[in-house]
Amino acid sequence: MSSFPLFSGEAARTTGEVDAVFLFIVAIGLFFFFLTQGFLIYFAVRYRRRKGEPEAETPQITGSGMLEFIWVVIPSLLILAIFVVGWWGFRDLERPLPGAMEINVTARQWLWEFTYPDGRKVINELRIPVGRPVKLTMTSTDVIHGFYVPDYRLKQDVLPGRYTYLWLQPEKTGTFVIFCSQYCGTGHSAMLANLVVVTPEEFARWEKGPAEAAGGESLAHRGEELVEKSGCLACHSLDGSRKVGPTLKGLFGHQVELSDGSSVVADENYLKESIIDPGAKIVKGFPPVMPTFKGTLSDDDITAVIAYLKTLK
Amino acid sequence: MSHTDAHAINEDRGYLTERGFRSWACTLDHKRIGVLYLFTTLFFFLAGGVIALLMRLELLTPGPTLMSDHTYNVLFTLHGAIMIFLFIIPGIPSGMGNFFIPLLIGARDVAFPRLNLLSYWIFIGGIVVILASLVSPMDTGWTFYTPYSARTGAAVATLSLGIFLVGMSSILTGLNFIVTTHRLRAPGLTWHRLPLFIWAMYATSIIQVIATPVVGITFLLLAAERIFGIGFFDPAKGGDPLLFQHFFWFYSHPVVYVMILPAMGVITEIIPVFSRKPIFGYRAIAYSSLAIAFIGFLVWGHHMFVSGMSHVAGVIFSFLTFFVAVPTGVKVFNWIATLYRGSITFESPMLYALTFIFLFVIGGLTGPFLGALATDVHLHDTYFVVAHFHYTMMGGTVMGLFAGLHYWFPKMTGRMLNETVAKLAWAITFVGFNTTFFVMFILGYHGMPRRYAEYLPKYHADNVFATVGSWILAVGVVIMFANFVWGMFWGEKASANPWRGLTLEWQTPSPPPTENFDEIPTVTDWPYGYGKKAV
Amino acid sequence: MGGVTGDSREERAYALETAKLGIWCFLATEVLLFGGLFTAYTVFRLRYPDLFHAEHLKLNRLLGGTNTVILITSSLTMALAVAAARQGRKKRLQIFLLCTILLAASFLGVKYLEWSDDFARHLYPGTNLFFSLYFTMAGLHALHVIAGMGVLTTLLVMARRGKLGRSRHTPVEIGGLYWHFVDLVWIYLFPLLYLVG
Repeated sequence: MSSFPLFSGEAARTTGEVDAVFLFIVAIGLFFFFLTQGFLIYFAVRYRRRKGEPEAETPQITGSGMLEFIWVVIPSLLILAIFVVGWWGFRDLERPLPGAMEINVTARQWLWEFTYPDGRKVINELRIPVGRPVKLTMTSTDVIHGFYVPDYRLKQDVLPGRYTYLWLQPEKTGTFVIFCSQYCGTGHSAMLANLVVVTPEEFARWEKGPAEAAGGESLAHRGEELVEKSGCLACHSLDGSRKVGPTLKGLFGHQVELSDGSSVVADENYLKESIIDPGAKIVKGFPPVMPTFKGTLSDDDITAVIAYLKTLK
Repeated sequence: MSHTDAHAINEDRGYLTERGFRSWACTLDHKRIGVLYLFTTLFFFLAGGVIALLMRLELLTPGPTLMSDHTYNVLFTLHGAIMIFLFIIPGIPSGMGNFFIPLLIGARDVAFPRLNLLSYWIFIGGIVVILASLVSPMDTGWTFYTPYSARTGAAVATLSLGIFLVGMSSILTGLNFIVTTHRLRAPGLTWHRLPLFIWAMYATSIIQVIATPVVGITFLLLAAERIFGIGFFDPAKGGDPLLFQHFFWFYSHPVVYVMILPAMGVITEIIPVFSRKPIFGYRAIAYSSLAIAFIGFLVWGHHMFVSGMSHVAGVIFSFLTFFVAVPTGVKVFNWIATLYRGSITFESPMLYALTFIFLFVIGGLTGPFLGALATDVHLHDTYFVVAHFHYTMMGGTVMGLFAGLHYWFPKMTGRMLNETVAKLAWAITFVGFNTTFFVMFILGYHGMPRRYAEYLPKYHADNVFATVGSWILAVGVVIMFANFVWGMFWGEKASANPWRGLTLEWQTPSPPPTENFDEIPTVTDWPYGYGKKAV
Repeated sequence: MGGVTGDSREERAYALETAKLGIWCFLATEVLLFGGLFTAYTVFRLRYPDLFHAEHLKLNRLLGGTNTVILITSSLTMALAVAAARQGRKKRLQIFLLCTILLAASFLGVKYLEWSDDFARHLYPGTNLFFSLYFTMAGLHALHVIAGMGVLTTLLVMARRGKLGRSRHTPVEIGGLYWHFVDLVWIYLFPLLYLVG
């Protein structure tokens, strides 16, 4: 068993934050634990009837409004404090980090595949430089999996058919385990990967080195080819001009106004939906004429297309 | 009533007098139906326990020990499904509820005796279908998350239909209890004179009636997904796997209160009797049952904080979740306050009742770690969750069931248990339980995910500890059940009221006659008037 | 057995109230059973409005409408049967029960025609989400209609054997409430499936 994690140095920014919340709840929990169990045991011992002793005269106490009021209000306040602290901590865990390196994660029964911006694919090893934030964009090709790094106190389910995200902020070099936390079938407990945090220099060397399990071609580059090949440019411009459909330039990450008056941010899930089910959210002022690319573009293809769209600033 | 009178009646016309298969299979007597449920559910408790022992044995070493990963996955699925659907949900509500609700409210039977028998046989039908699914055993976990459950080779559709039937039985039982409580109370037994077990069962029944149909339709849709290829939960067909999780937890969260509320009710009956004190804060305990049932419907999303559900929803569910703690806390404080200045004796029912409070408080206090967003992200789907729900479900509900079985054993069988053996079993069970499960909190904090057939060597020592604990626990439970069997046949004859309780079931012989009471009693006071002098 | 089977007038009234409480509880669970499907419907219709609009045009509104009329009429005959039972008019009771059963049967007959046609056009439960919903919702409802026909047939047999009358009309009341519920579900299903805006 490892030593108590608080004293093992913090693997990531999130480690210390979650542990602080944990300790806060431990403190409140111990207070109630000693309060209730203390009284329970004290009363049980103090008011026990010994063998052969006659039954004591017991008072007819049926309640106390004051006491009951106290033990409704005080626990309510403490419990509210736990909620707030838990919420703040959560906000920090989920906050997007600026300048993050983007890595795509594909989970399948029963392995993890990590795709780097340059198209390099690595199975079951996520290598990142220390100190630099990382954004994981995750999807699954089959069932639900869970991406879990216990040392970072971070976890996020990985779903088929949509993207979920996780932000990592590594602060210590070393190798940490990645578990699959959502039961996914026979090989569930063997679906492990390593999170290898290295110095920036080492990472740069690794990045330049021969692609180990490389797809060779960069993800965005493959996306560009797909966009040209699939005929997207017939209706969508790359330079900001208006054609049959809205331009792709600067689309990613921006607010889009829809025909029903609402608006959405063009994130990965929106783009994927618009490729697979174009009629779902029509941009204001454009006709609903785009065909679906379901079956034409695979999930991996769409991931590549989105990576390309991100480059069209 | 004197001891000899009770004895004579017991021989003549106790509800157990008639013998033969037909007299049980076609009985309309709520007590016999209750006994049938208890035997059935306790059988499955033992079956689920044996499976748990096998799982713990597999976890004795980090790598493969006894079985393949697939076999382990099947075992934890069976353990969960059996314990939840065939033991803990029907155990106290259908078993003890059937036996004691009419007795405690001074009725001759439940409102719809034939429907009651039908519920039991639907339950048995469901069990048969569930057992039929064993030809290709399930490996999905008892939570059946799609899309895995829609794709695996196992007999998911069969099992879903079996659980649908078990759920139907649960609905009909709950419906029967609601109507019974409304319509069949003895003269003078107003709502605020009801024993608190009845309040707890009433709240439980409401949850059963409202929540169970939702899981029913969920399992039907899951079966339809496999049989007809509909795709509500399948992302490849435009469906949404999270919708399944919402449906599933909309039932499966409230249902944890179906499990715990009746046990709380049992405890509330036992503590005043053995402290010779009135229950402290009657109304608060009664209403807190309803409050728990109500809030329980609003918090299902706390099982889904890391599922990909929106963060706003997560925050709202987390906020609501904490409010369940308040009525639960009220109950605990009121039980403890009842002990104050009592004249407490420690017969086996009381030992189990106090153990319930002790273990349930630990289970309860580890809840906020999972309700708080930041810590749940880390602890979700780890052994911390396993430890938490075993402390509440086994340390809570099962201890409550054991307390009730020891408390009402004389009433149900007309015989006493061996008290020395009962205390020995209690002590071993208590030690075994804590050895098995406490260490799982630590494992969970260190990140060991649940449902792992194999694990990293760094978790080894703790797992050995838990496995040894499971053996101690098993010894305790075996001794307890041996005592039950012994007591049933050879125990000392029980008087009508061995614990000197004031609720109505003690005012009729042990075991009670077929229609419970010679004359329906008229109630003039609440059932907790134990104190001798007013303050 | 049970405290509710006496024969005096008060006890009969008490038994009716008890039985009604039971059936209302039961109908509450039925509402939630369908509630799951209505929730799924809402979720997917909001997500895929175009799909719902395009696909619903493939349904046969004429047959759906006919079935709506049939079921509303059957509710009427059921209400008349309940009234007849209360007044102890045994002949009328039997006639109206029979009418209700025949209407229910014709509902299922029309459903059979409609679904055969759907299958002939290769519209199956697995075709797309709209048809998944259409077949599960209407299918679950059809199962309830069949169950209702079982209840009505039992009532008719009881009536013919003289077991129902002015002093014993509780079963008819209960059966009536159930049948009205089955109707009501269809009243919601028809516009949701056939008349998507």
